Amino acid sequence: MAETRREVWITGIGLVSSLAEGWDAHWQLLAGEHAPPPAVEATRFAPYAVHPLVALDFAKQIPRTSDQRQMERWQRIGVYAAGLALSDAGLIGDQSLLGRVNLTIAAGNGERDLALDGRVLAALESCAAPEPLLNRELASGLRPTLYLGQLSNLLAGNISIVHKAAGSSRTFKGEEMAGVSAVSDAAHRIAAGQGDIFLAGGALNAEREDLLLGCEIAHTLATGPYRSVWERAPHGGGLVPGSLGAFLVLEASDHAQSRGAVPYARLSRVVSGRAQRHRETATAAAERLFDELALQPGNEDLAVLSGASGVEPVTSEERDFLTGLERRGFRPRVRAWGSLLGHGIEAHVFAGLALAALAVSKGAFYPPFGATEAATDGAAPPERILVTCLGHWRGEALAFVESARGAAE
Amino acid sequence: MASRTRDHKGRPVVAVTGLGLVTSLGVGKDASWARLVAGHSGVKSISRFPTDGLRTTIAGTVDDMDVAPYSAHDLSARMAEAAAAEAIAQARIGRPSRFPGPLVVATPPSELEWPHLRRLHHGALENGLEGYARMLANARTRAFDDLARHVRFAAIADRLQTTFGTQGEPLSICTACASGATTIQLGLEAIRRGETEAALCVGTDATVHPEGLIRFSLLSALSTANHEPAKASKPFSNKRDGFVMAEGAGALVLESYDAARARGARILAVVRGCGEKADDYHRTRSGPDGAAVTGALRKTLDDAGIAPHEIDYINAHGTSTPENDRMEYIALGAVLGDRLAHTPISSNKSMVGHTLIAAGSVEAVFSVLTIEHGRLPPTINYDPDPELPLDVVPDTSREARVRTVLSNSFGFGGQNVCVVFSAEPA
Repeated sequence: MAETRREVWITGIGLVSSLAEGWDAHWQLLAGEHAPPPAVEATRFAPYAVHPLVALDFAKQIPRTSDQRQMERWQRIGVYAAGLALSDAGLIGDQSLLGRVNLTIAAGNGERDLALDGRVLAALESCAAPEPLLNRELASGLRPTLYLGQLSNLLAGNISIVHKAAGSSRTFKGEEMAGVSAVSDAAHRIAAGQGDIFLAGGALNAEREDLLLGCEIAHTLATGPYRSVWERAPHGGGLVPGSLGAFLVLEASDHAQSRGAVPYARLSRVVSGRAQRHRETATAAAERLFDELALQPGNEDLAVLSGASGVEPVTSEERDFLTGLERRGFRPRVRAWGSLLGHGIEAHVFAGLALAALAVSKGAFYPPFGATEAATDGAAPPERILVTCLGHWRGEALAFVESARGAAE
Repeated sequence: MASRTRDHKGRPVVAVTGLGLVTSLGVGKDASWARLVAGHSGVKSISRFPTDGLRTTIAGTVDDMDVAPYSAHDLSARMAEAAAAEAIAQARIGRPSRFPGPLVVATPPSELEWPHLRRLHHGALENGLEGYARMLANARTRAFDDLARHVRFAAIADRLQTTFGTQGEPLSICTACASGATTIQLGLEAIRRGETEAALCVGTDATVHPEGLIRFSLLSALSTANHEPAKASKPFSNKRDGFVMAEGAGALVLESYDAARARGARILAVVRGCGEKADDYHRTRSGPDGAAVTGALRKTLDDAGIAPHEIDYINAHGTSTPENDRMEYIALGAVLGDRLAHTPISSNKSMVGHTLIAAGSVEAVFSVLTIEHGRLPPTINYDPDPELPLDVVPDTSREARVRTVLSNSFGFGGQNVCVVFSAEPA
């Protein structure tokens, strides 16, 4: 018996960001005639800017305060968005189905106790015996449950506890590629019959200094006034972290049909690689991946949702790849969602896939997300959208989201 | 329908052709195995840092890898490299620096550790700032760029990929203490899908530092039997009082059985099957009915296509916490029934300690070695718990014909993964 190949459908979307809560509100804001201004917090963490999360009542998705107390904010954002996606897919309340939902989650580390760190560091500066002091301060100062808020896999753990989605559970790490790994694992398993229904996603709390410190050590943060991701290169490039929770329910087509679930779109391809960037540009790596997709050129418009972060040189190298698509017979219409939502790191790719699925299902594309992106008046509604995700440091991926209309009928 | 090259579900059979290991018992699988079956303990008083004021002062650290100064990232990466090199050398697969398949690696948290925070805080300039604002200002001077590897989550994967030339985008995963088993599951699934003929699966963890120890201590998870370190880890025993943190790395080369045979590779074992089930009960405790662990066990037996009586030996998760060992006993009893009393089960953790993220990898290597050598490693420090009547292979190893081993891994956060290994099909 060969494992059957099935289509991968997107049947649920959960999205919270600096702009809005829920996919509908995102669509209303982003698909109008003009893109909305981004929500930017430029003073609290100066010289860095972040995109702060829209105000949320976490209790709507996490009713028990004891659950909320055991989570750090990145986990609350993720559990909230996961709940939106499960609810959107019609899974909430169906215990037997939830018990079979497989989680593929992308996560970094959780949050540190910044006040404690600051206090201990100050005390250590002037201490003759720093090690015993550190032991004492940590043993008495760390909250016992803080570690549970820091462990990468505890976002998945909390989703299982709060929403009862508890088939299998895997957490992937590695910045942007963590998201790609999570999506790929779900898609490959669905296609091969190794699973029927998946919740894939990630979350970022951008509004914290420990995250910014990790980014600054690698010098990946943008500074200066707000600019779209494509306009940052002359100013040194850099990303602006954006608080984000983005989840998708990915489902085998036959499984979705059997329960009457209607897809937004189908995820037809995810291809990824990891170039040794000291030897090869991200442009060349992306071109190779594009060749793997084997699209038939027809000198047509190709809607592209770009995951560009603003970090250089990879952002300019991605622009070169996208511009070069014209030579291959495609007219790219590029929208970089990071210009409006900020960079979501592990969660980033899920936001792009969600926006692509929405556009395909609505039969409309987005206006320019930044000053340098060309308007596309009169273009045909997109039947398929290329989603790019080139890691700010490592890893490259392309995904293809297509209309499921023909298949779903 | 099962044959030597197709399993009971018609999928390609997946073989293990290479093993590599670093534990608190030694560097290399031969050194570790010899001391394991001799019943030696790798647990000792911590010498890496002063333990004044700590409730737990013992661990199974790895102290002979020539990584100085210690950092969790550097030692984890070095051990992973050593284990992977040993596994690839045994498998004789690929060409130097070109492994013909993907890398799946389980890694500990990527974070700045206290020596790094102190450096950043002390800084290069008097900027009048405090705490994180001060560290951020110092980081902007570019004087601390060497710390970048500690904050990049894929840095260990990146280093291994560069060293061994694995193919495609590597996977870095975390399912807590089930992570090592998850790497094997991901490799197994990829080979079954026909995406690749080989996979390099590695788990590594070297997080015995003050904060690492204190975090688990605050969760009341650690043994405090500091006075006799070698006796602190006592899985399934009456007076078990917590696990002992430890360091280690394990690596397995997985290959499609057909591909391995075609190139004349020695088959060490086959991965019969794998199963996982998430718990939805509590962040650090299993549901009282053990439903998630039971579910993982049942899925594993189904995936492997074996009945309980075919399991010759169980490599337990057996952490030595009151909670885990009781729950593991209950769940095994629910699935294996009367067979459990007749199935030997031992915990490597009684000797090597709990290698956390790496545990599933380390114990998978020991499971395959158990089949290869026909010898069951013991559970040392055993003092029977009347509520857990098990044949734990107490104190001394035992010769046995072992064709099939079940290896269990359960993690904080509710991830439960089990793997079944068998001897090469006749």
